[in-house]
Amino acid sequence: MKITNTIVEKHGLKSDEYSRIKELLKREPNLLELGIFSAMWNEHCSYKSSRIHLKNLPTKGKNVIQGPGENAGVIDIGDDDAIVFKIESHNHPSYIEPYQGAATGVGGILRDVFTMGARPIALLNSIHFGKPDHPKTKTLLNGVVSGIGGYGNCIGIPTVAGEIKFDSTYNENILVNAMAVGHAKKNKIFYSKAKGLNKSVVYVGSKTGRDGIHGASMASAEFDENSADKKPTVQVGDPFTEKLLMEACLELMKDNSIISIQDMGAAGLTSSSVEMASKGNLGIELHLDRVPSREEGMTPYEIMLSESQERMLIIMEDNKEKTAKKIFEKWDLDFVVIGKTTDTNNLTLKFNNELVGEIPIDALASKAPLYDRKWIKTKLPEKKINTKDLKKIKLQDALIKILSSPNQSNKTWVTEQFDQMVMTDTIQRSGDDAAIIKIHKKEKAIAVTVDSSANYCKAHPLTGGKQIVCESWRNLVSVGAKPIAITNCLNFGNPENPKIMGEFAECLLGIKEACEFLDYPVVSGNVSFYNGTNKKNIDPTPVIGGVGLIKESKNKISHSLKKEGSIILQVGKTFGHLYQSIFFKEIYSITEGPPPEINLSNEKNNGETILKLINFKLVDSVHDISSGGLILALAEMSMSSKFGLKIEKPKKLSNLMEYYFGEDQGRYLLEIEPKNLEKVKKILHENNIFDEKVAAVQKNDFEVIDEFKIDINELRKINNSWYNKYQWL
Amino acid sequence: MNSSVIVFPGSNCDRDIAVALEKLQFKNTMVWHKETSLPKSDLIVIPGGFSYGDYLRSGAIAAKSNILNEVIKAANDGCLVLGICNGFQILTETGLLKGVLLRNKNLKFIGKDVCVKAINTDNKFCNKYKKNQILKFNIAHNEGNYFTNPEHLKELEDKNLIPFKYCDQQGNINEENNPNGSLNNIAGVFNEKKNILGMMPHPERMIDQIVSKNDGVNLFTSLLN
Repeated sequence: MKITNTIVEKHGLKSDEYSRIKELLKREPNLLELGIFSAMWNEHCSYKSSRIHLKNLPTKGKNVIQGPGENAGVIDIGDDDAIVFKIESHNHPSYIEPYQGAATGVGGILRDVFTMGARPIALLNSIHFGKPDHPKTKTLLNGVVSGIGGYGNCIGIPTVAGEIKFDSTYNENILVNAMAVGHAKKNKIFYSKAKGLNKSVVYVGSKTGRDGIHGASMASAEFDENSADKKPTVQVGDPFTEKLLMEACLELMKDNSIISIQDMGAAGLTSSSVEMASKGNLGIELHLDRVPSREEGMTPYEIMLSESQERMLIIMEDNKEKTAKKIFEKWDLDFVVIGKTTDTNNLTLKFNNELVGEIPIDALASKAPLYDRKWIKTKLPEKKINTKDLKKIKLQDALIKILSSPNQSNKTWVTEQFDQMVMTDTIQRSGDDAAIIKIHKKEKAIAVTVDSSANYCKAHPLTGGKQIVCESWRNLVSVGAKPIAITNCLNFGNPENPKIMGEFAECLLGIKEACEFLDYPVVSGNVSFYNGTNKKNIDPTPVIGGVGLIKESKNKISHSLKKEGSIILQVGKTFGHLYQSIFFKEIYSITEGPPPEINLSNEKNNGETILKLINFKLVDSVHDISSGGLILALAEMSMSSKFGLKIEKPKKLSNLMEYYFGEDQGRYLLEIEPKNLEKVKKILHENNIFDEKVAAVQKNDFEVIDEFKIDINELRKINNSWYNKYQWL
Repeated sequence: MNSSVIVFPGSNCDRDIAVALEKLQFKNTMVWHKETSLPKSDLIVIPGGFSYGDYLRSGAIAAKSNILNEVIKAANDGCLVLGICNGFQILTETGLLKGVLLRNKNLKFIGKDVCVKAINTDNKFCNKYKKNQILKFNIAHNEGNYFTNPEHLKELEDKNLIPFKYCDQQGNINEENNPNGSLNNIAGVFNEKKNILGMMPHPERMIDQIVSKNDGVNLFTSLLN
């Protein structure tokens, strides 16, 4: 078939990129080769617009075993234990087919983790939908939530934490980010780098079908009115097969038969084989007729580009095939030698012994396009609102309105659709600042959280980038965990637009600065560009997945109130920053102005000191103050317990709204028994930390002195009603 | 006491139950579904999960597996059999327990802690619980809505074949605290000889105070009694 401009365009390649292909091949590609270039050179696989920015992120540290570039990041948590984790987006498929899109998002990220020799121990998710009254939102919400649950529940990995947000910016382009965390032995990590000549290349797992062909290319373009036609490019997940594949792989990994292993994710057999060969500086020869196929008459093109799920590629040591095959047969999975490593440095494709394609590996990998796209800075917005000019609202009314709003409502409607307990190591479930998973049969535990703040990032990407890293760090500190490292999922609009590229570049600078300062390196991640439809781009939404370590599980702490008569101390200063706050947005629909400032040295000092207080057992509960400000944080502590609070009026700030709803950063609330108060204050003062008594724990009533009093059951009811009502609307 | 845990492709609570049994001093063996004989067992446990992906119908394919023939023989000979969650579904599919487990009434997966009341404690599985004791268990299922014909339901009630019913924190048994729509708030049932127990809640998830409650411990220690 003659390659025409239309065919090139249909493969998502620009004309200059096609010229480059011809140059690299020194000839015209055939259709199979063109498809392979398209799969490898698209944004999703090549990171062509993001690479030059990503390389600035701090990726090393004393606890980092493996940074970005592998299937997942690996950190050291002491003894023989390592934690393997990564977050990934599945935005485009989930918008087209929410159940399967979300389910395969979970399946894909799990494979990234167990490919490295780790048994997955926790799943997390960050999901963003359009406005609740947008016609598509309810279907998408239901589909995505049941898809995430459907996969995780079946495979038997607990889904322990997440975030869910609604905003019109996602009306036509939802975000579905899934994170998986696994546990491995430090000396038993498996990598994807091929080694050795003439080694068998083995295909294991599900059979290859025609689903998901060109999925990665779809994820590298904006949507338009015809996007629904892309349904066939969404993969279909089978968590049952994945469970078998996981058990078979983990069983095989007990001995030394695997040289390298790579899951077939985006761009399927193409990207897995190319990545392994490229990292090992080798060639690879594949016999495509040997690939187990689900349908008759599949062409080499379809086989190479299928994104059928639950498949792996393994490069195996000599003479190990027989025992390995037995394991896969036990689990009723295919195990076929489909090729070998070569010294040609080419990807050589044969079909019934006939050469059907041959491409130099480096043309697909290291010589893939790299763009330093134009970008512009976002200026810090001005503060133009005078709060005195705003229509007055009562404190109680504002609180109730915010607590019953979709974004601040209790999320058990979602989390009850997930099995949070399977594996029976979940010692803190979702709803707290971070979830906690015990390392099986050991004293230590890890804390995990996912966070994003798109409106802060939109207003000022540099500050927003810093803020989410700090938010993640604070959430881990609040449960008593020492933050170790992060993974990030960078969801942005069209990188060809300098403003969007600027949002990306500056968010990354912010992330870099905060990660460096807090010694909180990035060990894995994923970039998702082209989130938008018909030229309308989403707000920049980097999502941070954080992992921290708790050495003694019994030292973990939660944010629910524990004792009547205890005192609530606020750590960090309140200035009353209302721009970009939940209060401005929900009460006045004001979305302008700068995000709150970040002071990294305060963040570090406050966090480290609080960890000391937790380890000295001087505090009974801890909660960070984030969106919604002081009063929302207090309400959350109360609603998750059986106690109320008597809350004091501000001592300095005259404006109640600024005091209670301001979103100044770096602040925490500590519950302290009166007998420990002096000791706590002494430690805080020694570390130059500002503190202020803000409330006392009491029975039943949530009360602000001289303002209002609500029974906590009533408060809970207000907070719990939205999802159940929405479901039946 | 010797226990055997049957492992199907897709079982996912097999490790959890093994941990619980070993912690509580059972001598436990894992038995792969392709086996054709059982080790010497005083207790056989069919664990939770999604055996064979729950394709066709929850538990339907597992009920036809090799090892289930042996489980059926042993059960008929009086061996103690405990089916939890998917294990309960499998037991109803084999006919060892009567009734069926339909989809939850809200048509959604439900994963949460619930209260159950120990209704009948005069049996091998529950003798360490106090009668009418309120227990906290965790449920995690799509199909836990127990249904049976009126005659059998009457027989279950009359012959004290219902060990656990869903209730509220005070022990009230009503529709509001029925998570999945089960008839009479049934959370578990016995066969007539009370040597076979099927239940939707997971007692193995409640054996460690640091994880959650330890209300599941007494189910296992009852068996040792």
